[in-house]
Parts: sequence; C-alpha cells; structure tokens
Amino acid sequence: MQSPMGGFPDIESNLGQYVSDLVDFLDVTLEGLFDLIFFISSRTINGIEAFLNVLPWWLFIILIFLIGWYFKTVWSGVLYAFFIFLVGTFGLWEEMMMTISIVVTAVLISLIIGVPLGVWMAFSKRFSTVMRPILDAMQTMPSFVYLIPAIFFFGLGNVSAIFATLIYALPPVIRLTELALRGVDPEVIESAQSFGSSRWQMLIKVQLPQALPTIMAGVNQTTMMALAMVVIASMVGAQGLGEQVLISINRIDIALGFEAGISIVFLAIIIDRVTGGVADKFQKHRRAK
Amino acid sequence: MTTKMKIEHVSKIFGPKPKSIVPMVKDGMTKSEILEKTGHTVGVYDASLDINEGEIFVIMGLSGSGKSTLIRCFNLLNKPTYGSIHVDGENIVEYNATKLKKFRQDKIAMVFQHFGLFNHRTVMGNVEYGLEIKEVSKEKRQQIAQENIEVVGLKGYEDKYPEELSGGMQQRVGLARALANDPDILLMDEPFSALDPLIRREMQLELLDIQERLQKTIVFITHDVNEAFKIGDRVAVMKDGKVVQVGTPEEILEEPANDYITDFIKDIDRSKILQAENVMIKPNALVSLKDGLHVAVKEMRENGISSVFVVDRSRHLQGIVTIDAAIDGIKQKKTLEDVLDRDVTKVSREEYVSDLIPKALESKFPLAVINEEDRLEGFILRVHVLSGLVADDVEESKEYHGYYNG
Repeated sequence: MQSPMGGFPDIESNLGQYVSDLVDFLDVTLEGLFDLIFFISSRTINGIEAFLNVLPWWLFIILIFLIGWYFKTVWSGVLYAFFIFLVGTFGLWEEMMMTISIVVTAVLISLIIGVPLGVWMAFSKRFSTVMRPILDAMQTMPSFVYLIPAIFFFGLGNVSAIFATLIYALPPVIRLTELALRGVDPEVIESAQSFGSSRWQMLIKVQLPQALPTIMAGVNQTTMMALAMVVIASMVGAQGLGEQVLISINRIDIALGFEAGISIVFLAIIIDRVTGGVADKFQKHRRAK
Repeated sequence: MTTKMKIEHVSKIFGPKPKSIVPMVKDGMTKSEILEKTGHTVGVYDASLDINEGEIFVIMGLSGSGKSTLIRCFNLLNKPTYGSIHVDGENIVEYNATKLKKFRQDKIAMVFQHFGLFNHRTVMGNVEYGLEIKEVSKEKRQQIAQENIEVVGLKGYEDKYPEELSGGMQQRVGLARALANDPDILLMDEPFSALDPLIRREMQLELLDIQERLQKTIVFITHDVNEAFKIGDRVAVMKDGKVVQVGTPEEILEEPANDYITDFIKDIDRSKILQAENVMIKPNALVSLKDGLHVAVKEMRENGISSVFVVDRSRHLQGIVTIDAAIDGIKQKKTLEDVLDRDVTKVSREEYVSDLIPKALESKFPLAVINEEDRLEGFILRVHVLSGLVADDVEESKEYHGYYNG
C-alpha cells in the first residue's frame, strides 16, 4: 500500500537495465578486443610472477633491502627486508608474489593508458571537460560494482581483478599527469618554443621531464589504490593475499586473517615509501626559481 | 647602417575577438575603456620601429606598458593581431609553422627574465638544447656549448644543475644557451631585473663586452632607465602599449617628447649618460701664441671673461692665461709665453660627467676638452658639470662664463 502523500510516484526508468544491455552488447561485439586484453594481461601477470618465483627468497629480500637503501635510508632497507621476511614466516610467500604481480601489472597498464590520456587532457580543454566527470565517477562508484562487468568480459580470475583494479586506480595518474603538464612554468615552455622546438620535442624533452615529479606522485597514489583493491578483487577470483583474507572471512579464521592483512599492510608501507622516494629523487634537481 | 628588423604598425590585442578591437583603438578609446567594455586587453598598439644591424636597441617602459608583449611578437611567441615584422626583408608574421621553426632555430634567440632554464638538465644540457633541437651531432653540439659556456665564464660548472647556481650564474646559462645557436638577433626580456644590483652591473658590462666581440642585433627590454641608457645604442620608450619616443639616450635626455618621459628620466643618473662633449662650451674667444698679451687682454675684455685658452697655429692647446697675469705681464714687459699657465687639465670628448666631477674640483682652471688629434674642442666649467646634472638645457649655462674667477 502506498500512502497518498509520501513515497515516489509510479514513474520508472530502466537505466540499470540499459547499462546491463550495453555490457551484454559489448561482450559480444568486442569479444576480440577483450580476448586480446585478456591475453596481454594474463601474460604480463604470469611473466612477472614466474620471474619473482625464480628468484631465490634471500635474493628477493636483498633486492628489497637495496631498493629501500637506494631510495630511502639504510634503516628503511633493513626494515623493508624484515617485513618481507616476516611475510615469508607466515607461509604467505607465494601469495605475496602473486599480489605483487597483480599490482605491478595493474600499475604498468595504468601508466600506459593514463599518461597519454593525461597528456591529451592537458592539451585539449574540451577533452578535459569531457573526462573530468568520468574520472569523478570512476573514483566514487563503489568499487564492488566494477566486479560484475569484469566477470562478464574476462570470467573469474586475475584478469578480471586487473580490470576492476584499473578502473579504480587509473584516475590519479591521469589527473596528476594533466595537472603536472599544466603546471609547467610558462616561461620554460616559452623558452623551449623560442628555440624552435616541435610539439613532440617540446613534450618529450621539456614538458614530460618537467612534469615527472608530479606524475610520480600520481603513480604513488595509483599503486596504493591498486593495493587497496586487491582484497575486493579477490571476490572475482584474484589470487594472492586478498584471496587469503577472503578465505579467512569465510572460515572466521582470525589468525590467517591477521597474517594476510598485516602482509598487505607491509606491502603497502614498502610500496608507498619506495615510490615516494623515487618521486623525491626526481624532485631534487628542480626547485630552481 | 642596415635595418635588420622593420616593425610596422604592430598591434597585439588579447581576447576572444582581437581583430574587432583594432578600429576602437584607432578611434581613441583607452586601454581601460576597452577592457571594461569588451573584455579585451590591448597589449601593444601600432608600434613601428626600425632596428639596425649590430645595435643594442632598448625598449623601456613601466610594467604593463606592453614591452614584454612587443618583444614576444619578434619571435612570434605572440602573433601580432595586426601589422608586419620584416626581418632581412621577409615578413615573419606570414611564416607557416615550418618556416617559423626554422627562423627560431637559426636567426633569433631569447633570454628570459626568470631565466626559463630547464631544471631537469645540467648546464651543458641547457646550453646544447637549441642545437639538439636542430639535430646537430652530439659531439659537435657539446663542443659549441662548451665554447659558449666559457664565453659567459661558467667553465667548470658544465655538470651542475641550474638550482645549484646563483641567480647571476643562472642568467649566464640563459645567455650561453641563446648564444650557442649563433643567432643574428638576440631578444632579452628584462634579463637582469631578477638579479641584485651588484650582479646586475657586472652582467651589463659583460653584455657590452660580449657584444663588442660578437656584434649581434640585440633587443633589450628593461624598466630601469639607468640600465636602458647605459647599454642602449638607441632607446624606445613605451607607455600603455604605445611607443612614445625613439632615439639615442642623449636625444631622449635632451629633448624628452612629453611629460611622461620627462618624469621617467627624472631619476636617471645623468652623470653616467652625459659625456664631456654634451656639457662643454665651444670657446668664443681663443688666443694664439703669436698674438701676444695685448690681444689676449683685448679678447678677454671684449668677451667679458677672466681667462682665455692659448693655442698654437694648429689649435693644439698650449695653456691658459688669466686677465690678472696678462696685465701684470704687460707691465713687466713679459711675453705671452712667459705668463702662460700650462697646468690645464685635459679631458677627452667621451669622458662621462661622473668622471669629470673630481677633475673639475681639483683643477683651478676650466677643463679643456680635446679631440683625438689633441686639438681644443671646448671647455668645461664646474658650473657646466653641475648644470649637466639637472634636466635644464646646458646651453643656457654659457652666461656663467663671464663670472669665472680662476
């Protein structure tokens, strides 16, 4: 029974149905494209995972130490190496490698797609106006929603996870690339112009290098968001640490849940500090003014 | 002297429909009226200039006068809304993208107020940029870059990053980067404004030094009158987007076109602009050695003066004789040569008034201005030095001649 005053009148729109139909349509018509994406993504994940698993465990820990030392300090290196060692002692070594593979693949693809889009937005006001609301929507839509079309397009598994992760993690790198390019000192642009640089030379030799520190901040954010997506993506079959969290929920296994959870935290700390360190290194030479 | 750049009726208006604004400016609407009514900004209006080969041409004006907008028209960083700019006879405004690129690569280079350096590149990387763009081989361009780094005195800093250098050194990088392309024309947009006064002076002298050797055509922007008059062969003064006067520093100083310029040059240190020949007086009485004392006394009496220069037959300065010495000499039956005082301070025509001040103070006679052949050209009294320092016409000071007391 509807009350005469309250409630919304009997007007319906089927927006959700349209989107569903669109996804069905895309799934059929763009099958080839999705197959290609599937092929590339799964190859990349498997390649990285295979590489990481070939490395002896101690060599991987030494590598982490060296990376921490180079980009931060000796003590950071020691700490990161210890974190990784701890994850090993939890019995989650292979799951960690899987998670790293998924995150790295997602970030690589984000960069390949995101940087050019950011460049385009920086140069075309119209494109920027179109893209902004889309990026907003991508970031604010609950991330679970992406899982459904992902299953449609790629089935259960790591590739769906990558797809969902991408949509969620892509916006920061696009936005910060645009911001970085727009923020390049106009006098520096003018000086490059005054020497007769072509547009391409200007972009490659001046604008992108000048924008790099800010773009690196975008990469940092994208990486963190990809990592955050790892647990959610395990609902569509992503393997790794996220899967262990999901299993622990199903079994109400506090011990496993904590170990898998803290492992993700360790990874997050390491990735955040290291990518932040990379950005700082780039930043070093460019505070002239 | 050949004209390197011929700028004719150049206007630059910013806004959505710049062309539609030109007639309004023609009708005499002011900048602020146009901005208020149409939202367009008039950067430059109807600027016409001839810039000669090998000169330093200074464009001077307060901020907002359009000088930076105008100089950016010269390499089309701003495309003029109206007008033409001929460089070596070609109208660069009509260049297509390819020709423009070539023009910028080969003929013209720019130095920026805040240096505009690429801070992701080393000093070497910055200086070789222009050549890299032209696809000069790495070996060749580094060699040329190295030479230019040495020209501006930055040898040993090749591998430093701009932020590791002081402001003055950064602008040297900017200058080396521009020179590395070996352009005919060098555009300098307030290059020394961001530097502190000591460094600025040093850079000005160095620029003059480099110009002496390289003989480029330099267009130099500044808001500093002293800087403009110090380094400019010719100066254009801009106000509200219009060129209000063009001339040599002396011409502008002597005959400012309007009150604005008079006001502008009020603060100038004239003693560093005016030279001996600008303040000297042509002698209306001269005595030759063979004339003798009686002629000297007569000359002085007739002209109402108390001393007179003595020259030989070819106008070489011999000395000075005062009226008292001459009368005493006649009484004691001496010759002109006996009473002649040879202790006269000689100065050249090009000496600046600032250098004349101490000489005028020390000398008890007027300063004698001589030319290259050591001939007497004129003389300078202390009062001429003083009157040269104020804006009034120096010619008026002739009358003081009579009151001179050696």
